[in-house]
This record gives sequence, C-alpha cells and structure tokens, in this order.
Amino acid sequence: IHFVLLISRQGKVRLTKWYSPYSQKERTKVIRELSGLILTRGPKLCNFVEWSGLKVVYKRYASLYFCMCINQDDNELEVLEIIHHFVEILDRYFGSVCELDLIFNFHKAYYILDELLIAGELQESSKKTVARLIAAQDSLVEAAKEQASSISNMIAQATK
Amino acid sequence: MNPFSSGTRLRDMIRAIRACKTAAEERGVVRKECAAIRAAVSENDQEYRHRNLAKLMFIHMLGYPTHFGQMECLKLIASAGFPEKRIGYLGLMLLLDERQEVLMLVTNSLKQDLNHTNQYIVGLALCALGNICSAEMARDLAPEVERLLQFRDPNIRKKAALCSVRIIKKVPDLAENFTNPAASLLKEKHHGVLITGLQLCTDLCKASEEALEYFRKKCTEGVVKVLKDIANSPYAPEYDISGIPDPFLHIRLLRFLRILGQGDADASDCMNDILAQVATKTESNKNAGNAILYECVETIMSIEDNSGLRVLAINILGRFLSNRDNNIRYVALNMLMKAITVDTQAVQRHRVTILECVKDSDASIRKRALELVFLLVNDSNVKPLTKELIEYLEVSDQEFKGDLTAKICSIVEKFSTDKIWYIDQMLKVLSEAGNFVKDEVWHGLIVVISNASNLHGYTVRSLCKAVQTSGEQESLVRVAVWCIGEYAEMLVNNTGMLDVEEPITVTESDAVDVIEIAIKRHTLDLTTRAMCLSALLKLSSRFPACSQRIKDIIIQYKGSLVLELQQRSIEFNSIIEKHQNIRSLLVERMPVLDEATYNGRRAGSLPATTSASNGAALNLPNGVAKPAAVPLVDLLDLSSDVVPAPSPSGGDFLQDLLGVDLSPASSQSGTIQAQKNGTDVLLDLLSIGTPPAQSTSSTSDILSSIQDNKTSSGMLERLSSPSGLSAQASSPAGGSPIMDLLDGFAPNLATQEDNGPAYPSLVAFESSSLKLMFNFSKSPGNPQATTIQATFTNKSTNIFTDFIFQAAVPKFLQLHLDPASSNTLPASGNGSITQDLRVTNSQHGKKSLVMRIRISYKVNSKDVLEEGQINNFPRGL
Repeated sequence: IHFVLLISRQGKVRLTKWYSPYSQKERTKVIRELSGLILTRGPKLCNFVEWSGLKVVYKRYASLYFCMCINQDDNELEVLEIIHHFVEILDRYFGSVCELDLIFNFHKAYYILDELLIAGELQESSKKTVARLIAAQDSLVEAAKEQASSISNMIAQATK
Repeated sequence: MNPFSSGTRLRDMIRAIRACKTAAEERGVVRKECAAIRAAVSENDQEYRHRNLAKLMFIHMLGYPTHFGQMECLKLIASAGFPEKRIGYLGLMLLLDERQEVLMLVTNSLKQDLNHTNQYIVGLALCALGNICSAEMARDLAPEVERLLQFRDPNIRKKAALCSVRIIKKVPDLAENFTNPAASLLKEKHHGVLITGLQLCTDLCKASEEALEYFRKKCTEGVVKVLKDIANSPYAPEYDISGIPDPFLHIRLLRFLRILGQGDADASDCMNDILAQVATKTESNKNAGNAILYECVETIMSIEDNSGLRVLAINILGRFLSNRDNNIRYVALNMLMKAITVDTQAVQRHRVTILECVKDSDASIRKRALELVFLLVNDSNVKPLTKELIEYLEVSDQEFKGDLTAKICSIVEKFSTDKIWYIDQMLKVLSEAGNFVKDEVWHGLIVVISNASNLHGYTVRSLCKAVQTSGEQESLVRVAVWCIGEYAEMLVNNTGMLDVEEPITVTESDAVDVIEIAIKRHTLDLTTRAMCLSALLKLSSRFPACSQRIKDIIIQYKGSLVLELQQRSIEFNSIIEKHQNIRSLLVERMPVLDEATYNGRRAGSLPATTSASNGAALNLPNGVAKPAAVPLVDLLDLSSDVVPAPSPSGGDFLQDLLGVDLSPASSQSGTIQAQKNGTDVLLDLLSIGTPPAQSTSSTSDILSSIQDNKTSSGMLERLSSPSGLSAQASSPAGGSPIMDLLDGFAPNLATQEDNGPAYPSLVAFESSSLKLMFNFSKSPGNPQATTIQATFTNKSTNIFTDFIFQAAVPKFLQLHLDPASSNTLPASGNGSITQDLRVTNSQHGKKSLVMRIRISYKVNSKDVLEEGQINNFPRGL
C-alpha cells in the first residue's frame, strides 16, 4: 500500500498516510487528482480505479471515502477487506463511528491505523488485539495525565 | 506566559475552522493559530507543546505549510513521557517525509527508544521507523530491529518484522542478516506475527536469490502445513471474517507459496494438494472468500505446470466473469490477461462474455476488457470482433471513444488480410470517430489506398458517400478530400466498379460541392482546408468544365488571414489563370507512396541491420515511368546530378530536398547573375521545364532566395512535385518517394573517387562520463565498405561493467558489429574498449553515413543508458 486517504464527499481530506515517498507538492496533486476521479464515480461501479500506473481501491462509508493505493499486481479484493477491517476497528473504538469523530479525534484514527498498518503492510488481522493495544496505550496516557494533575495539585496546595 | 499559546484548545480550533463560511475566513483562522504556535515555538513553551503539535497536524491536513513545527516533533520525541512521545512520533510521520534532512536528527532518539524498557515506546519507535525510515537510518538501526524480531512480546515482533520489510526495501544488501530470524517467525502461532513474518519472507525472496533458495529448502513444507491448518481450522471468532478464518493470513500464505513455487517443480509439487483444496472448498459468496480464490488462482497460474489445477483456476475465473459484482468481474478480467499467456484457448472460450464487458457502464471494467480483447484477437476471429467493436463505437461514451478507436485501428492494421476489408473498416471508424483517430493512422490509410490501385474507384466513392453523412469527422474529411483530389474522375465515371458496390451518380460539380462544403465548414482546421485547396487545384485540371467555379472558390481565400491559405490561394489561382498549358502536368496523380518506407518510419526507429541495399530504388514510383512527370523529374534531376546528398535520410522530405539543392546553389551562385527581372519566384520555377540551360540558374536563384526567406519554402515544396498535397499533410509518407526519385535519377553518381583517402578520426560521442572515438579505414577496390574502429574511454572515476554498445543505421546502410574487446571499462581513462564496425553504404557517393548509437553499462550496479546520433561523419564514406 503506497498511501491511505480518507476524503469526505465534499472533497475534504480527513486522514492521509504516506508509505511511499511523495513530496508535499506531489501529495496535494495526488489528493486533487484522486478526489476528482473517485468522488465522481457512480455508486454501482467497481471499487477500483486505475491511476498513473497504480490502482486505487476505494470504498464509501456514509459520507467518507476510504482510499488505498496499491500496485497493479496486488490483490484488490484483499485491500477492500483491509479497508473494511479498519472501519470495523474504528467503529468499535468510537462506538458507531461518524465523520465528526474522525475530525475531532483525528489523532486517534491515526493511532489505530498505525496499529493496523506499518510500512504499507498489514500487521494485525485481529480486531480484538488492535483494540487491546490501543486501550493499553490510552490508559498509559491517562495515567500520565492524572499523575501530572496530581503533581500540579500538590504544588498548588503547597504554594497556598 | 505567552498570552497566545495558552489560547484555544484543539477541539475549539477545529470548531472554529469548521465554522468558517469562506476559504478566506478559514485562512484567517489558520494564520492566527499558526502565529500563536510560532510564538510558542520561539519561546520554547513546554506545557502546550503537544497540543500545538496536534493543532499543526490538523492544519497540515488542510494543506497549509507547517515546516516550522518539525523541530517540535523532535523535542517531543526526546522528552521522557509516553504521551509526549506518542504525539511526537505521530507528528514526525505526518509532517515529515523521508527526504527531509531533519529526519537524520531523530536517529539517535529512535535508537534509544528501540532499547526502551516500556514496550509501548518500543512499539512507537518501530512504527515510526517502519513508516518513514530512509536508507541511512535503515543502515544505522538495522541491528536493533533485528534483535527485536526475537522480543518476548509478539506485538513487538510483528512490528519489527514490518520494520524489517521497510529496511530491506531501502537497503537490499541487508537481506542476508534478516533471513534466519525471518524463517523462525514462520513457526509462530500468533497470527499477527505470522502475517508480518510471511510478508518479510516474501520481500526477502524478492531482494535476494539466496534467501529464496533458503526458504524454498527450509520452509516450503512448513508453510504448506500452516495453510492446511488454517484452511481446516474450526470457527475462531477473533479472526473470522464472514465464515472464513483469517483471510489475510490465507492470502499471505498463498502469496508466499507462489514465490516459492515459481520456477521450482519440487516446491510446486509440494503445494498442489492444498491449492486444489483451497480452490475448491473456499466459499465464494463473500468478498473475503473471493479474495482468497483470486490469490489462489494467481498462485496456480504462476507455479510450475499442473494442467489439472489450471483448469480449475480458469473455471474459477469463468465463474468470476459471470458474477454480478463489478469488483469480481474486474479482477477476473485482470487475471485473464495473465492467464492468456498460459492457456489462450481457455480464455478464448470466454470471448463473448469479455466482449460484453467492453460495453459495461463502468470505465475501469471497460478498460480492462478492451485490453483483454486486444490480446484475444487472432486471424480467425478478427472479423467478427472488429465488427462488434465498431458497432459499439457508435454508442460508446465520448471519453471512451479515444481508447476504443486506437485499439480498433491497431487491430485492423495488425490483422488485415485483404485491403478492401482494411479500407472498409477504417472508413467505418473514420465516419464514427474520425476526430479521435490519430494522424499516423489516417496517414497510413492513405498510403494503403494509394497502393491499392484496383480499389481507388471503390474507395473514393465510399468516401464520398461517407463524408456526406459524417462531415464533422475531421480525419474522414481529410482522407476524402485527398482521395477526391487524386481520383476524382473515378468518382464521376464509376470506374473500377466492384461487384458489391451499388453504382452512384456523382457529377463533376457534385465532387466540387463536397470539397466546397468541407472548406467552408469552419470547425475544420487549417490542415484540412489547405488540403481542400490543393484538391480543388487538382479538380480544376481533371474537370475543365468546373474550372471557373473552382477558381471562384479558390480566390475567396486570397485575403485569408492565415498565411498558408492565402499563399495557396494566390499561387493556385495564378496556375489556373496563367499556366493552363502546364497545369495538367503539375497536378498529375501522386506517385504511389512506398508502404515499406512509411511503415519503417512509423515504427520510429531505423532498423539495426537491413539488407535493403536498393529496396528503395526497386519501388520506384510509377509516376516516373510516365512521360507526364517529366517536368518534375527535370526539376529534381537538375539538382540531384551535381550533388552527393549531404543531408542524411531520416529528415522529412522538404528538408531533404532543400538540403540537396542548397549546395549547388551556393557553389554556383558566384557564377550566376541574379535574374530577378520582375517576375515572381513562382514563375521562375515554373519556367524550368522549357530551356534547360537557363533553368539551372533560375533554380538556384530561387533556392538562394529560399535561404533568405524561409516562407517561400512552402511554395517550392508544393510546386516541385504533385506530392505537395501529402507532403503538407503527411510529410513522412510523402517524403520517401521523392527521395527515391532523387536516387533513381542521379546520373553522375560517382563524384567521389574510389581509392579511399585517409579520413580524419572523429569524436563520435562525448558525455560527461564517456568518450567514443571513431577511426575510419577503407579497403581499396570496395568504396562502399568502411571499417570503423570505435574506441571507448571512461572519463569518470568509476569502473563501468556490462558495457554494451549498440548502433542502428538507416536502410541504405548495412552495419555489422564485431565483438567488443571487453565489457568492462576501467575508470579514469586507464584503458579502453575497442570494437570494429563494418558499414556498407549502398548509396555511396550520394549519401553520407549516419548512425544512431546507444550505450548501456552499469556503474556501481546501477544501469546507465546513453544515446546519441552521429551526423558528422566525414564526407564520402
């Protein structure tokens, strides 16, 4: 997988992840081209678009298009399954995910993607494992926050 | 504390941005936030650093520049706590790409984190490394990653495995270090580790032949067993997707088996049973199952031959093809493209279905299907397939017509058995989608028409009919106009009727009508109108009765703002008015265009060694044989008999002709009194036919004026031959016969002496890294042959290996390359490679040598290709 894109129906970018080197300029160009290509396709058409020697597999969930770019000879059907896998994990994490969740908690979406893909390859096929790892890391963050606030409370009290 | 930096929370900023109604408003909000963040950055604010970075990431996603935040990522990564590191690494992956220098600074932090006691921090570092590492980082950190492949927690092992995938992609040399640890990953039970381990092994096999051999020997049976277990495993909710246990693992196992089995009969044999089981037992009513079947089919197609399995695979594809899901049909078409090399017959059976897919409403499917149909065409099915495709052309979408037209044209050209079929199909395509037809296609059609003398009448009549209904198709109009100009009398007289034809009645004035309509159609472009004018000139001679009317049409363009049309109009008008006596000679029918030369040029490359020593001369245009062509011949003759053609072939006709003429012009200009006596250049040229003595001088007079004024060259071009028509439109096609004419009618060829004088050596090619010298020698008694000793010198400081020199020459030359003295070229000019080339010039004395060269070699195992053309050979070789 060369990159992952989440585009809203209005053409707004909700998440981008680049596994192959693209410069900033190329990135904007790719996004522009692809949103023009994908958003205009009808609902009954197949989920694959051939684009500059590569293939883009996309799938629409509500108002969001999940796109992944792969090589010509990769398995398109599997990538569809990976997209679905990702969506299910998001769904479980946010509890019936919607576009707003992904806007306000975009960093969480990235963390989840990072537990699913590294270097453009799938790393985990179990939704449970991903959920467990994310939960463990979230609780680490929470613990650190509590600690910080309790320290600042102590300081505050001490200085009173 | 800075009043800005405490500012808004991330959530508030996102709200504010989303509340913006216009882009300008949004830019304003972002600018304000960026200013606050910059201020915080310059104050080295600690407390809100992670919040600022999160904001920056959001701003980055909207497409605004955020480079000033890059250092902040590094600071966060370097801090001790997990939350800071987590957001820092995320920022690193989002805001930077591997080519940025800042990345080098993070190597040290990464190294520390890879050795951290907290496994989640190790995980973060691995993830970042796997997603953005550069080649340098890969080298620096490979030992850490290798060690982590044996980490106690499987979640770290799987991350390390994918990190290794990236490292090997960046630095393939490191593959051998990873081979052993990767093999041990395959024995694990944890699915994540298995999936990533398989991925790593697959990539290792691609990177290194030894790794492939190693895995083939040690792991084939193990992997087959894993696949067997997973395929037969009972329901496991954690990995189940629509009733199939872990399709992702399935697919990776199949993919790895494909690599192991490719080109190895034993390994292939070992996996036959399980592949058959997967192919037959997998449920195919859900996407996950189909993804596995698809992968399985590809593996069956790639491993060593097993006909039973292949039948099974093709059947699966057949089922896919009739599936109602577009995705499945798409992958089926995709896979059939690969299967066609394995079993054409089996794919042919699905031809009808595939043809239906060409007409699908989905562009992706259409495109795949069309490419597949193109591969399926053979001599026996070309006619029905073409018929179908052309019928579909009538109803297809505009945006698909271009592709479709190109493919049909290419099929028709490739498989045409008889000319009438070819012409018929091309005319259909032109009338349906003439605006999509590429120039070289209709140029090719004209060449074929011109060669099919028995079909001239038929063609011109069909074109005349077609153009009346499809006059908006530009290239159809062009071909029609050209043919009417050439074969007008056949149109009117119904000459050469074929049995299949219905006779039509076209009067002389009808023919003129067709062209008049075309020239007045304002959507058509300049070339078409220029062709119309030329055709009208021809008609004025063929149909004297219409001459006045034609003159009236032509004269309308006298004031055209387009120079080309104005010029043609005035010139043609003066031919019609003042030069009745030679008009018919001037507008004689075009000499037949040489098909072989045209095709050769179209192929774009000069054939490497051709034996067509006089192929061109054999195909002398038949126009020459007729006495009518005498003025033309005279004109060309005059110039060609003095000259050893200095300009090499390959250029277009005009250039050749001018090149030929320029040298006498300059050599004689001293002896000639300029004869500009008030008559225009055109008249000078036209007077050539009569008094030969004077004509020499007047030609050169004209020609020297051409040197001064390039715009008149068009005039010469058109008047010098009846091929002016096509020279304008299709100069490569028109060019060749004229060249041939020159060749055939040069009486004193042997201007060069036969005893080979010493020729100076030549720096044939020089680049920053390579120099190529040519030394020439000729054997006495054989003036046509030249031996060239090529000497290559390496100017760079790197040694060149796998050095290959290739050369190509035009048809009139024959080239033989002797083996080179070596294929390794030492650095810094310490030694050289020599190679002998023997060239035979069939046009010795008339044309100079010309050669295209291509040199390929490897520097530091990287391929380098250099190309060049050598035009500056000494004269007389």
